[in-house]
Amino acid sequence: MNFKNKLTALDTIVKKEVRRFLRIWLQTIVPPVITMSLYFIIFGNLIGRQIGAISGFSYMQFIVPGLIMMSVITNSYMNVCSSFFSTKFQKSVEELLVSPTPNAIIILGYCVGGIVRGLLVGFVVVLVSLFFTKLHIHNLFYLVSFAVLTATVFSLGGLTNAIFAKKFDDISIIPTFVITPLTYLGGVFYSIDQLPAVWQIVSKLNPILYMINGFRFGFLGITDVNLMMSILILIFFIVSLFVINLSLLRRGSGLRT
Amino acid sequence: MEALTIDTLKKTYSNGFEALKGVSFAIEQGDFFALLGPNGAGKSTTIGIVASLVNKTSGSIKVFGYDLDTQKNLVKQCIGLVPQEFNFNVFEKVENIILQQAGYYGIEYSLAKERAEKYLKKLELWDKRMEAGRNLSGGMKRRLMIARAMVHEPKLLVLDEPTAGVDVEIRHSMWEFIKEINEKGTTIILTTHYLEEVEALCKNVAIIDQGKILTNTSLKNLLRMLDRQTFVMDLQSKVAHIPKMDQAELTLVDPTTVELTVPKDMVLNDIFSQLSDQNIKVLSMRSKSNRLETLFLDLVHQGKSS
Repeated sequence: MNFKNKLTALDTIVKKEVRRFLRIWLQTIVPPVITMSLYFIIFGNLIGRQIGAISGFSYMQFIVPGLIMMSVITNSYMNVCSSFFSTKFQKSVEELLVSPTPNAIIILGYCVGGIVRGLLVGFVVVLVSLFFTKLHIHNLFYLVSFAVLTATVFSLGGLTNAIFAKKFDDISIIPTFVITPLTYLGGVFYSIDQLPAVWQIVSKLNPILYMINGFRFGFLGITDVNLMMSILILIFFIVSLFVINLSLLRRGSGLRT
Repeated sequence: MEALTIDTLKKTYSNGFEALKGVSFAIEQGDFFALLGPNGAGKSTTIGIVASLVNKTSGSIKVFGYDLDTQKNLVKQCIGLVPQEFNFNVFEKVENIILQQAGYYGIEYSLAKERAEKYLKKLELWDKRMEAGRNLSGGMKRRLMIARAMVHEPKLLVLDEPTAGVDVEIRHSMWEFIKEINEKGTTIILTTHYLEEVEALCKNVAIIDQGKILTNTSLKNLLRMLDRQTFVMDLQSKVAHIPKMDQAELTLVDPTTVELTVPKDMVLNDIFSQLSDQNIKVLSMRSKSNRLETLFLDLVHQGKSS
């Protein structure tokens, strides 16, 4: 396959993936928007009024970036995980396996699909948040960089999960028992400055803390962590997960007998 | 040139089952080749390895001279696969299934559109192009998989039981289509349980059982190996018993039906004369089973007993 052929294959996978989640928008776009709206109402409006300001911002303004990032994380992960597992379940993944599409293009195609859904849902949540608070952008570069890099990490993670998954239960274990707790403990609802010293150290072992803080810096200009280190952590995860996925596809783990 | 060369191919699954025990055969370019065997013989494993869906344990495979281990993508470009099980996204529209497959082979959209139209029309699916795959009948789904396998116009088409569960009329129209693409130069490998399909289409045949090739020869040679044939005769009137004859075996199925088994080269006039002498009149006669079917069963039984 020459470069042009590879681009055609990539374009095919991306369009297929985007068309898939747009076709079922009631399952893919609407539910996260409703969930986040409830967070805005309950945590931001009702409880937030009693909490007061954090680092000079209202509680609602403080949690909005975290909640947007939470949508990006969940949706980019679940998009790739459920879509790729469905192709395994229906055996339509064989269409790709018999074709000369390089493994790197397969990973990239599914990953872009996950990024697009993560960012699209994130954007819709931003629009919804404007009904509850005013948002201003402090640094567009960091805001976009952290959103895209985080969506990439979780898209790649979703693919790894899907390659290993043997049944539908297997695609919900990681989101339920790993991603959700780490997201809630990653500084969505609080600044780690408010925690005792020991828990601050423990929190810094959570990679999602760096993603949320970097993204929050893009909006508010405040962060609990070093931004360059955050970007390096994200790049490390992207490279590692890409190499792992490439190796799994090359070996045919979970795909070839 | 050889379209496919398989050399000492072995496959042992993770549960220890040895599916292939050193399979070797070659298929010439332009051939229409049948790979036959009972269920679990190793046909689909062989095809799966050739199509990169199953990892081999050892052995080598070359497709049009390209080595599967070192030139996998060139091998994949040459092969079109119609698998035994439906393996397309049932929620996707028929035309999109074809267009996506073309995209995976790097075919540009305009050419993919053209080919999708060509093959969907040839396989009588054009009117269904906007339907979701799940709404198609079993026969339509099989034809859709053939159209999908043809979209990159492969040099080697592998058909794993393509007509399973398809009605007679559609099966014959599929035969016509497959014959036509073979005449245009596409090499075809066919596995099927319909042995009349093999007699109607194939030039060469290999029979595989328990992971070993039992025979690999031309269809003509294979049929020459058949040493007996069985006929069913309908009698004009009821008979209580049937006479015994040398070399021929006669069995009374019911009072007006007799089964006759004779050596292949035996002249049948003697049989009719002897029946006439007993005042038994034959109204009609037909071959009981497909010739190849008899031979296939013989070979597989011999293979098992040895």
